[in-house]
Amino acid sequence: MPAVTGKPPVLEVDGLCVDFAVRRKQVRVLSDISFTVGRGETLGIIGESGCGKSMTALALLRMIPSPPGRITAGRVLLDGEDLIQVPEKRIRAIRGGEISMVFQEPMTSLNPVYTIGNQIAETIRRHKGISGAAAWKEAVDLLDMVHIPAPERRVHEYPHHLSGGMRQRVMIAMALACEPTVLLADEPTTALDVTVQAQIFDLLREIQEVHGTCIVLITHDFGAVSEMADRVLVMYAGHKVEEGTLDEISGEPRHPYTQGLLRSMPEIVDDPADIRERLPEIPGTVPDLLRGLEGCPFAPRCPSAMPKCRDRPGYTRLGDHRSVKCWLASEGTGDRVGS
Amino acid sequence: MNGTHPPPELPFREETEAPDIPWQVTARMFYANKAAVLGLIGFTVIAVVGLFGPAILQADPFDIVGAPLTGPGEPRPMGTDYLGRDVLAGMIHGTRPTLMMAVTATGFAVLIGISIGALAGFYGGRLDNLLMRITEFFQVLPPLVFAMVIVAIFGASFVIVILAIGVTTWTDLARLTRAEVLKIKEREFVMAARAIGMRNRPLIVGVLLPNALPPLVIAVTLQVGFTIIYEAALSFLGLTDPEIMTWGRMIGLSRDFFFEAWWSVTFPGLAILFTTLCIALVGDGLNDALNPRLRGR
Repeated sequence: MPAVTGKPPVLEVDGLCVDFAVRRKQVRVLSDISFTVGRGETLGIIGESGCGKSMTALALLRMIPSPPGRITAGRVLLDGEDLIQVPEKRIRAIRGGEISMVFQEPMTSLNPVYTIGNQIAETIRRHKGISGAAAWKEAVDLLDMVHIPAPERRVHEYPHHLSGGMRQRVMIAMALACEPTVLLADEPTTALDVTVQAQIFDLLREIQEVHGTCIVLITHDFGAVSEMADRVLVMYAGHKVEEGTLDEISGEPRHPYTQGLLRSMPEIVDDPADIRERLPEIPGTVPDLLRGLEGCPFAPRCPSAMPKCRDRPGYTRLGDHRSVKCWLASEGTGDRVGS
Repeated sequence: MNGTHPPPELPFREETEAPDIPWQVTARMFYANKAAVLGLIGFTVIAVVGLFGPAILQADPFDIVGAPLTGPGEPRPMGTDYLGRDVLAGMIHGTRPTLMMAVTATGFAVLIGISIGALAGFYGGRLDNLLMRITEFFQVLPPLVFAMVIVAIFGASFVIVILAIGVTTWTDLARLTRAEVLKIKEREFVMAARAIGMRNRPLIVGVLLPNALPPLVIAVTLQVGFTIIYEAALSFLGLTDPEIMTWGRMIGLSRDFFFEAWWSVTFPGLAILFTTLCIALVGDGLNDALNPRLRGR
């Protein structure tokens, strides 16, 4: 796995905060999220439902539903350009141009009333300003690139003619239409079965190899992360709780949440002795952000919570691109709790 | 490279065939719907009558040609009305103005209704509030009285009547469009369209409205029939151009003589019913034919 250090990152997110106004209260949905992605690198963002993964992706494109949402702090630098500050016109050119997104539900994220060729060509026309026939030709080439058989015929088909995997390929083709620098993949395989998932990942890797695309892979499936990601960011309740390379996160998790997450994944840890035992889960549920969180957001569910957890921990840097938001790490004690 | 999947060596038959041409598919779907074809034929007949009828039957529909209230038979196949005017001549000469009025007034109402509904539904917030309050204002006014006021102020010309009908009947379409847009706006493909950098106007026109079309088509076809009847009501009150004969005007004028001379109101009434039915059938057929989900059957 290429560890991209030294080279300047393509995408740099710094201290991103998003607030939602709910019932006259400001609810912090993303708290101080920072990460970088280098050229040709894949960053996996993992966490439970509602932890802010998708919100992070939307915030990068400045597509937070507003109202009620608002980006309150932070910077999103794409090749040095702060996307939070750029004018509306520029961000529209970036959406689908430099940064594009693949959505979770291939079944519903294509417009049902147009042919797929129409939709891909539309993207190309919009961003490259080329004529209809040339855009159409490119649409066929793109479908070919994502390995859709008989693309010249398929361009004339409507989304409902295609299977889920095919539609996700079309979504990827559309996302790649303008050779984006960053591809945000928001649970691209959640709605698909495992074989199709493997094909989609192969495709993404292949594209990354050819174009050097940065991929931000958002998922709740550690299997997907371990297959695709170079580096991993673990999110919980809108906080980045741990960040590191895939090996560091899966081999040496420091945050109790990451540890719990890993323990609840049967295949990840090579632990033949435990394999038939009941999978341990993390007790409790994700906190209700409306109530407001004091201290560490994970403390109520944490097996190693201590009085100090009433105060919010800061990031403990353990190296380049390696940080943990936990008091345990800052004290340098009690790593690998309970394993 | 790790596991790329080459396309199959043996293409399926459908993959080697020439692709379907979209409008041909639409035409085929439309043709398969017998009721819609029937409606189209019926509407074509009415349109032809409207276009060429007056040239062939040159009688003035306002001329008194015989005794009042004579029943259908020789030489007046549809009888005469209470002033002795030929009902058939009125029917034929009334076709063109009736159709023109129905189509343009509906078109005008559709234009206002869909624009306001789409803007309100898409932008939401204050604009939605403002536009919906305006819509409610138009809804609580009795439409007929409102139209009467407009005609009374601006004069009973053909164009003013069309505008008056349009201005007073767009509210239902606006509400329907708004509701549809609100619903479709939340679908994932709208988010996806924004994520490829689509601006608001193409998003509304190219993504939201086409998806909102099915219920709108039905509403619009019903609106055409409603417009014809509405014009009849205005005619009955003498608020339309007195120089122009329309079906609605015939019904309006002869309404009091229904029990003495059923033919003077029944024939124009049947014509309105028939036209509305044909338009509704065509609308329904078009809706099915243009809906990609129903294709390929």
